[in-house]
Amino acid sequence: MATTTAPPTSRVAAAPPEGGQPENPAILGHGGPPPWLRKLGRVGLATFSILTLVYLFVPIFVVVAFSFNKPKGKYNYIWNEFSLDGWTDPFKYPELRDALFTSLKVATVVTLIATILGTLMALAMVKYRFKGQGILGVLLVLPLTLPEVVLGFSLLTMFVSVNVDRGFLTIVIAQVMFSVSYVAMTVRARIRGFDWRLEEASMDLGASPLRTFRKITLPLIAPGLMAAALLTFALSLDDFIITYLNSGSSQTFPINIWITKKSRIPVQINVFATAILVFCVVVALLGVVINNRRLKRLGADFSSTDS
Amino acid sequence: MAAADETASRPSRWYIPYLLLAPGLLWLIFFFIVPLVSLGGLSFKDGGLSNYSKAFSDNSDVIIRTFVFAGIATIIDVLLAYPLAYFIAMRGGKYKNVLLALVVLPFFTTYLVRTLAWKILLYDGGPVVDTFQAVGLMGPDQGLLGTNVGVIGALVYNFLPFMVLPIYVSLEKLDRRLLEAASDLYASPTRAFRKITFRLSLPGLFAGTLLTFIPAAGDFVNAELLGSDRQTMIGNIIERNFAKEFFRPELSALSFMLMALILGGVLLYARILGTEELV
Repeated sequence: MATTTAPPTSRVAAAPPEGGQPENPAILGHGGPPPWLRKLGRVGLATFSILTLVYLFVPIFVVVAFSFNKPKGKYNYIWNEFSLDGWTDPFKYPELRDALFTSLKVATVVTLIATILGTLMALAMVKYRFKGQGILGVLLVLPLTLPEVVLGFSLLTMFVSVNVDRGFLTIVIAQVMFSVSYVAMTVRARIRGFDWRLEEASMDLGASPLRTFRKITLPLIAPGLMAAALLTFALSLDDFIITYLNSGSSQTFPINIWITKKSRIPVQINVFATAILVFCVVVALLGVVINNRRLKRLGADFSSTDS
Repeated sequence: MAAADETASRPSRWYIPYLLLAPGLLWLIFFFIVPLVSLGGLSFKDGGLSNYSKAFSDNSDVIIRTFVFAGIATIIDVLLAYPLAYFIAMRGGKYKNVLLALVVLPFFTTYLVRTLAWKILLYDGGPVVDTFQAVGLMGPDQGLLGTNVGVIGALVYNFLPFMVLPIYVSLEKLDRRLLEAASDLYASPTRAFRKITFRLSLPGLFAGTLLTFIPAAGDFVNAELLGSDRQTMIGNIIERNFAKEFFRPELSALSFMLMALILGGVLLYARILGTEELV
């Protein structure tokens, strides 16, 4: 994801102004605020940014903390006392448990389909030139720039008019629809500028197309593909609006929360949300570690050929 | 580039890109384009344009409120996100990626649960209401649930990272030597910021505004969980009626109107900021 895309050159480019700026005013003496005011500005900016980050984290802290609450009634809104009840009995509500499993199933299927379709599209866009490339770009962005209610509602009216029962299948269809765009754009951004002549070289050396794909193409696109798959999985687990409109009587985790919110808000909701958060963080960290290892290994390969 | 050579040297295999595109493209055509067209058709059924005027006059308050809420939330998001993105891009140093990860991290918790956490925070007698009352910002019998402030506040929160990330990307790409040049040419830091940094971050600002405003305008979760009848948005109308009245043309007209207004706004906004460099 975005965290790994910072180009290595930016550090080099960033260095001069940091070292150079303080002495410039001294030499040239041109206008601008006095040093103390600039320092104040810097401190102010840092403080503001940290406060904004804290603001981003307060509700998350609440989500996690309230998974350890023992609410007085059916609604987990007010802190009562510390308890591990939610964690020791996570599957207390069978419908909530089933909904969570449905979510995981949907996310797996959607990730598989969307990653394959989206990656193929990205490969077509990066490796080839063809007519209609501009229109394709617009078509890919459009689903991401329309409100989810409109997308969901339009799909629903179509399913109803052709008499398709809504359920697992329609949820998958709806989620793949917007995920394909995400995957295509993420992978495209990550594999742009690769040297695809490696594939030709491999074929010229007698490798079969399948072997070429396994040994050359797949390793090249793997990091982008993994990032896109992760993103899709997380988006699928989280999606509510489009999914809800096309779910029929099927329930995913968010849908179950929505439907039962008037009668109960159990601690288990927070337990599951915390578990999902931890899972995503661990997988993302693993991705970073694996990628770093890979880069290191590539670096080692290069230095060994150099020496 | 290699791509050009390839197509030139192998004219017989022109169909390969289309083959690669076909599955994804067909999916988008059948499940994105066709439904939108059919929704558009449905919105004119029976009454034609009068469906639209009826949808508008029945819901004019809601429509105006939707755009006011989304607009205010977007403006506040710009004010919060720009300094943060600037800080991470310019002052982040080696912690850049960590800080970015921190911006994204909260959004790995389920959207609905995150919004429910705001309900806990904004509850009467909760920490925020208590603090506001203690400081005198609110009277003792006032609360935040069921108010515009509560709903807009949660909208601000839920879409903030979508504003931070694109602004960050455009600031990160910025060539720092331009700033040095400006400084060498006697521009004050303020002027350099206005003429260079801000100008060059406009594409990110544009993308961020869209990514924030559009989901905010189409949202019904925040208004439903944190608001009352006085905070109803267009999304809520659709959500309340979709199950029983999907074939009522006015509902289609309403959702099509939401889309048209947003697209119109996007085009106008792109025109104001100058499109060419943005897309």
